[in-house]
Amino acid sequence: MSYYGYFVAGAIMLTGAVGIARSRNLVHAVVCLSVSQAGTYVLLLSIGYQRHAAAPVFGSTIKPSTKVVDPVVQALCLTDIVVSATVTALLLALSLQIAKHHGTTDPDELSALRG
Amino acid sequence: MHFNDGLAQLAPLSIAIPIVVACVMLSIGQRAPRVVVDTVAVAGATTVVGLDAALFAGSGGRVINWVANWLPGGGHPVGIVLVVDRIGAGVALLAAILMLLALIYSARYFESADAHFQCLMLLFLAGMNGFALTGDLFDMFVFFELMGAAAYALTGFKVEDRSALQGALNFGIVNSLGAYITLMGIGLMYARTSQLGLAQIGANLDHQRPNALIVVAFIFIMTGWLVKAAAVPFHFWLDDAHAAAPTPVCVLFSGVMVELGLYGVLRVYWTSFAGVIPASDMRRAFIVLGAVTALVGSVMCLAQRHLKRLLAFSTIAHMGLFMCAAGTMDASGTTGAAVYVAGHAGAKCALFLLAGMVLNRYGSVDEAALHGKARDARVPATLFAIASLALAGLPPFATGLGKAIGEDALSADGYWFGPVLFVAVSAMTGGAALRAGGRIFLGLGPRPRQTEDSAAEEETPETTQRFGRRSASLVGPIIALIAGCLALGLAPSSIHAIGGGATRLIDHAGYLAETLRHAHPTVAHDPTAIDWTTTGVVLGLVSALLAVGVAATGWYAEAVRRRLRSVLAPFQRGLSGMRALHSGHVGDYVAWLMVGVVVLGALVGLPLR
Repeated sequence: MSYYGYFVAGAIMLTGAVGIARSRNLVHAVVCLSVSQAGTYVLLLSIGYQRHAAAPVFGSTIKPSTKVVDPVVQALCLTDIVVSATVTALLLALSLQIAKHHGTTDPDELSALRG
Repeated sequence: MHFNDGLAQLAPLSIAIPIVVACVMLSIGQRAPRVVVDTVAVAGATTVVGLDAALFAGSGGRVINWVANWLPGGGHPVGIVLVVDRIGAGVALLAAILMLLALIYSARYFESADAHFQCLMLLFLAGMNGFALTGDLFDMFVFFELMGAAAYALTGFKVEDRSALQGALNFGIVNSLGAYITLMGIGLMYARTSQLGLAQIGANLDHQRPNALIVVAFIFIMTGWLVKAAAVPFHFWLDDAHAAAPTPVCVLFSGVMVELGLYGVLRVYWTSFAGVIPASDMRRAFIVLGAVTALVGSVMCLAQRHLKRLLAFSTIAHMGLFMCAAGTMDASGTTGAAVYVAGHAGAKCALFLLAGMVLNRYGSVDEAALHGKARDARVPATLFAIASLALAGLPPFATGLGKAIGEDALSADGYWFGPVLFVAVSAMTGGAALRAGGRIFLGLGPRPRQTEDSAAEEETPETTQRFGRRSASLVGPIIALIAGCLALGLAPSSIHAIGGGATRLIDHAGYLAETLRHAHPTVAHDPTAIDWTTTGVVLGLVSALLAVGVAATGWYAEAVRRRLRSVLAPFQRGLSGMRALHSGHVGDYVAWLMVGVVVLGALVGLPLR
């Protein structure tokens, strides 16, 4: 079993988080959030991956006895993609409105909320 | 076999009905008159209240529904399960009741012709119900995200309000990142156990040694729930979102959504991890996090002048207390936390709705700008005073009872500072609310000087028209909330049901046996004598009195404070430092989230080495 996929997943997640923390543009921050989420895709898929196994679609060529990769994590990944599409769209819409009403997309210049 | 019987069929309905009603409203919203939309929304919420109440009353044991009869083992390798016990049903019922009251309150709130607001509210309810009732870890994540997406949209509902947009974006990014970290934990757990059901994971992990993979997966899963629960340092999004969201939405955020985060932590720990990570380890982590959260929340609460932000920090402070109470990891502490949550929902939501009334009438929620402006509003003033004292834990309100049970549980476990912390935090948060109320409604004390930071904060009106002074749809829900808080405190017998629920929440073996082996439920025996004790009443009265003292200091001590300036200077500097941390900058919040993951890992993981 290879840990490579796990490290890649962790690295992508961290890269995204650092990207948000250092972001100077809200659209960039939202995309960084998507990058973070890509880490979860890689993690889920590498959990279910097996060498030399087929895609889990049974039919004339792939019999139920064939070795396939785990379909459960693929279903999780698909759900995750749907969730992320919703959230990303919503956050981008909010960024657009912020650009319209604040006149900037730099989080350093947003000043409506202070402790 | 007691699964999938009549009662169990109600569990999926309580999630499906709000979604169906939301879709119906979306399709009729364009054409139907506003009153029809509101009636449909209120009817939908009422139905869910009924379903959740039936589940709450009937869930003496656990109500288990393997959806569509897909049982694991019986030919199917996988199945999705709803497991309803009394705490889960109770939280869902609380969400439904608050939703109903918020919908009634907001019936005249938004003038928009389409039904988007009501639609989002019902989807939000579906997410909260699903999160509370499911017995599957991945489903928890899905419902968490459904609840989250609806909540982000509701926060930014006033698209022309600058602070609402910024609050919604901060809320969305921080919560989503937390949720993705949780998903990583779920993935690691699946890699380890090949299971996604809470009970199956629990059965798989039982009697194992806590190795690095299990601990890391556990920390990751906890991260998302603790972001929702607003534990320091994951809490920064909360005050931004609460200060900016429309008032009826704040009611749901403060009253139940944040508490659902703590519910998630307890549910996942007790069901899946109690056999592998020792309770003593969790107790340390919980009480440290809880105490820090309570202190940061209450100090920041005292420093606020923006009424909704003040109430938001008080929610953070109370979350800290709930975490301390539940962190005793025994039945009485968990009972205390559950009762406290129910009582807190009544008092806090009433205060939020009153803040909404003030905002509607006077166009501001800044206690300095509003000084003495609302002298003519006698009914709101009285309700505000009662709710503030209830927040401070005055007997016989349920907040006081929950606080007393929590204090007892902590001191029984040897945490002598427990009662001190509870009294201090109650007095500070209740006192801050009283101070603001006294200034706004009675004009007490000299008018505070306007400072730049508060003057800069403009408030966008949430409503286009001013309501009548005693509009029943506004005052009704407030009175109902306060009366509920009082009734719960006066009827400790009804709280026995919650006590039984708490025993079951922390009953790891029973959950596994009933869910996986369809064992008959063991008879729930009453864990603790739940009633008012003399100590509890006295400490409740003390904290209410101290709250009045805190408020009076706020009204009249300006001159004293000026004289003691040199003594107070270090505290002032500390406070402004802490305020500067709540910068409204999403990058800072994400950095703190990462720090939080490391701290949590150290708290839970290091002692296990």
